[in-house]
Amino acid sequence: MAKQYETVIGLEVHVELATKTKIFCGCSTAFGGDPNTHTCPVCTGMPGSLPVLNKKVVEYAMAVGLATNCTITQDCKFDRKNYFYPDNPQNYQISQLYLPICRDGHVTIETANGPKDIRIHEIHMEEDAGKLVHDDFTDSSYVDYNRSGVPLIEIVSEPDMRSAEEVIAYLDALRMAVQYLGASDCKLQEGSMRADVNLSVREVGSSEFGTRTETKNLNSFKAIARCIANETERQIDLIEAGEKVVQETRRWDDNKEYSYAMRSKEDAQDYRYFPDPDLVPIHISDEWIEQIKQDQPELRPEKKKRYMEEYCLPEYDANILTGVKHLADLFESVVDFGKKPKEVSNWLMGDTMRLVKEKEMELEEIDFDAKHLASLIDLIEAGTINRTAAREVFEHIFEENIDPVAYVEEHGLKQDNNEEGLRSIVSEVVKNNPKSVEDYHAGKTKALGFLVGQTMKASKGKANPALVNKLIMELLTK
Amino acid sequence: MSVLNLTAVSLGKKIQAGELSAVEATQEVLAQVERVEKDVHSYVSYDGEAALKRAKEVQQLIDEKKLTHPLAGVPVAIKDNMCTKGVTTTCSSKILSNFVPPYSSTAVEKLEAAGAIMIGKTNMDEFAMGSTTETSAYGITRNPWNLDHVPGGSSGGSCAAVAANEAIYALGSDTGGSIRQPSSFCGVTGIKPTYGTVSRFGLIAYGSSLDQIGPVAKDVRDCATILSTISGYDSKDSTSIKREDYDFNQYLGQDIKGLRIGVPKGYFKEGLDKEVADHVLSLAKTLEAQGAVVEEFDLSLVEYAIPAYYVIADAEASSNLERFDGVKYGYRAKEYNGLHDMIKKSRSQGFGPEVKRRIMLGSFVLSSGYYDAYYLKALRTKALIVKAFDEAFAKYDVILAPAAPTTAPKIGSSLADPIKMYLGDIYTISVNLAGLPGITVPVGKDKNGLPIGAQLIGNRFREDVLFKAAYAYEQTKTYEMCDLAQKGVN
Ligand SMILES: [Zn+2]
Repeated sequence: MAKQYETVIGLEVHVELATKTKIFCGCSTAFGGDPNTHTCPVCTGMPGSLPVLNKKVVEYAMAVGLATNCTITQDCKFDRKNYFYPDNPQNYQISQLYLPICRDGHVTIETANGPKDIRIHEIHMEEDAGKLVHDDFTDSSYVDYNRSGVPLIEIVSEPDMRSAEEVIAYLDALRMAVQYLGASDCKLQEGSMRADVNLSVREVGSSEFGTRTETKNLNSFKAIARCIANETERQIDLIEAGEKVVQETRRWDDNKEYSYAMRSKEDAQDYRYFPDPDLVPIHISDEWIEQIKQDQPELRPEKKKRYMEEYCLPEYDANILTGVKHLADLFESVVDFGKKPKEVSNWLMGDTMRLVKEKEMELEEIDFDAKHLASLIDLIEAGTINRTAAREVFEHIFEENIDPVAYVEEHGLKQDNNEEGLRSIVSEVVKNNPKSVEDYHAGKTKALGFLVGQTMKASKGKANPALVNKLIMELLTK
Repeated sequence: MSVLNLTAVSLGKKIQAGELSAVEATQEVLAQVERVEKDVHSYVSYDGEAALKRAKEVQQLIDEKKLTHPLAGVPVAIKDNMCTKGVTTTCSSKILSNFVPPYSSTAVEKLEAAGAIMIGKTNMDEFAMGSTTETSAYGITRNPWNLDHVPGGSSGGSCAAVAANEAIYALGSDTGGSIRQPSSFCGVTGIKPTYGTVSRFGLIAYGSSLDQIGPVAKDVRDCATILSTISGYDSKDSTSIKREDYDFNQYLGQDIKGLRIGVPKGYFKEGLDKEVADHVLSLAKTLEAQGAVVEEFDLSLVEYAIPAYYVIADAEASSNLERFDGVKYGYRAKEYNGLHDMIKKSRSQGFGPEVKRRIMLGSFVLSSGYYDAYYLKALRTKALIVKAFDEAFAKYDVILAPAAPTTAPKIGSSLADPIKMYLGDIYTISVNLAGLPGITVPVGKDKNGLPIGAQLIGNRFREDVLFKAAYAYEQTKTYEMCDLAQKGVN
């Protein structure tokens, strides 16, 4: 019988923090900008320049640590990681090796076998590097230091994951927590969240870990899943062939769906870490931790629970609405206008999701005012417009953020509640469709719907459907 | 009376009183530079035209009563490891031969705000690594008292400039004695303040945890005035400290009766030149006559200070100097093969041998497998040295020490034996390791006519005691100028 293997995975996740300014200087962290326009002597490593820590970075790191059940290192400090590469203007990166700000946490994920804790070894703060741009035309390389000094946290897990599903559930839970805290937008594609996968395989039942590899450059959940499948297979093949897995760093190429070795452990550099003498140790008081705890917003698990209990939403709705903080915020804003939660949820889960899908947008890109959806619901409830018209109006709210009251007025979409007028349309419809009337009397109740539809059409969608229903019934049962 | 006879404060007073103008003062100093610079070579670069232009602007502001600072209009020399906006700043290294900073160091900015006239940038040991100013890539500086001798280092250019009247005062920096030792060799007064007192922003780092900027001048009052001007909390330097006192002139003239002076026995034993020892101890006798209490004591761990210092300073230096790679600024090798070869060649050609030696030593002690044995052990030693000083300052207000084991050595006699050169730092480096203030004041000359300085060491933030004691001693002496400095004095 063939040997059974299990995959052992740990993750190193880099998250770019959402501070307005860089970690050690006052330069903007805004994306884009012409090369080297968001720079100063500090983030370009000019002689005599000195780093000064951005306090907000510490607060975000603490918030993420507390949200992931970590212990805060109350006396932590920064170390220098020394290596020569031009994307790093000082030729050392300021990071944390000896005393990282957070340690010993965990994140709970849902698996097929129930909830599972993925332990977090540590979270440390560090600075991002600049970008090298190669110009093939002049065969020169240029450096852009706009990203140099953008604050990052690195969240290092224990090797507790056993499948791609667990890895993605873990990343999703992390992303959710960080987004809810407002500490980062966590976009894998844009690089504001990056995951390196440490993976080894071993025979099922073995207590020893196999030799692991680290794979970098994974830009999507899909790429991560593919890489895990690929690397697992590669390692098993090596073992089955009697060869050894080499401890090395690999780079994933998502187009080729394959990773290749970047450097082996033997080539590993000696980073000569030592405490950065330009920065003083950070003392985090009990009061400061307490403050961060108090300022902590409601996170996803609590929010989901509250939606089900307080708003009586089904779990399905609560799950989707809390899946992206932006959507949850929008939902709550509309509900805050006094609208029925389930009604709001229906608009967001139904038409909103449909439009997002049609337009191939991200949920974060939904951009209309909550008050407009609230007034739309008001218009329906007041009987001013019917649902058909409401759906049309909603598309305009979604696309152009229009005020529905004005729109309905301008486009004459008000529901027609004029009984006399409608009665004559209904008579006309009934007269012109004797077959349906016959069907109805023969017990085919579907025919009623057809007649209602015809009436609505004749009224250009403005007729009050309930009234139409009533009038047709009156006519048919005469 | 010649401008060159004046201290910074007395010249500043005359300028404020309208007896002299900033332009006249600058002209006289520049004339002296013309006379002696070819012999002494205090400067890596100086710009007479810029200085005169600046002097005119400053004089205008003085005339308009917009500048009333005691140092307004007084010519100054700046060590070439402090960034000066628009003025080449080399650290006396080839690797920064073309580096023009787009900003000034905080200390220089403060002097400029006070109306200082910068004559030029003074020579130093390359990246402040050395004790003789012989490791400069731009030629050696000679001791104005005897041109065959070194001025000391690494702030040799700053001290020589003041001693030779090529500036009225100067800024130096002190990582292991780089202000106090050359002050002793050149017969001038220099103070290294408590770590964190003067901002390090814009000071090109050697050993970040040890570096401090400080004044070099003709007397204690000048030092107090200059230090009051350049010190202060700076949000751009995380190691900057908010002090309670920044006006150091208030301590001059205070009574020293009952001042407890500790004399470490270990400092005055073998290795210290007899003449130097006698002169340094004469300061204790003078102050004793004014009511101070002098006592010998054992300062432990003296012998561990040198290895601890060189491990820590070089470890930090090896990392601090990584940014000089030819990529962004500074010297780049002409021919190279790809990126890493460019970095390698630029650094190999750009750094001198002493800098390379210290980068290698520093890289070694930080390497994995050696970190604990060297770097960590050095940090522990540093902590013990701090403790030893804490114990000493429980008993004494001030510690008296030499600033160097000998008077200025002959040019060429030191570099051949780096270990011997490192050992010469024995009396100054513990002060940096413990972050303490130390001042050197001239106490006499040896039989060859070379100056001898004595060092007073205070507890952290106790510059008050140093100024009080040094000033009291100075009242019993007159400032002695070397012949060369008097060339232009009439
Ligand atoms: Zn910057």
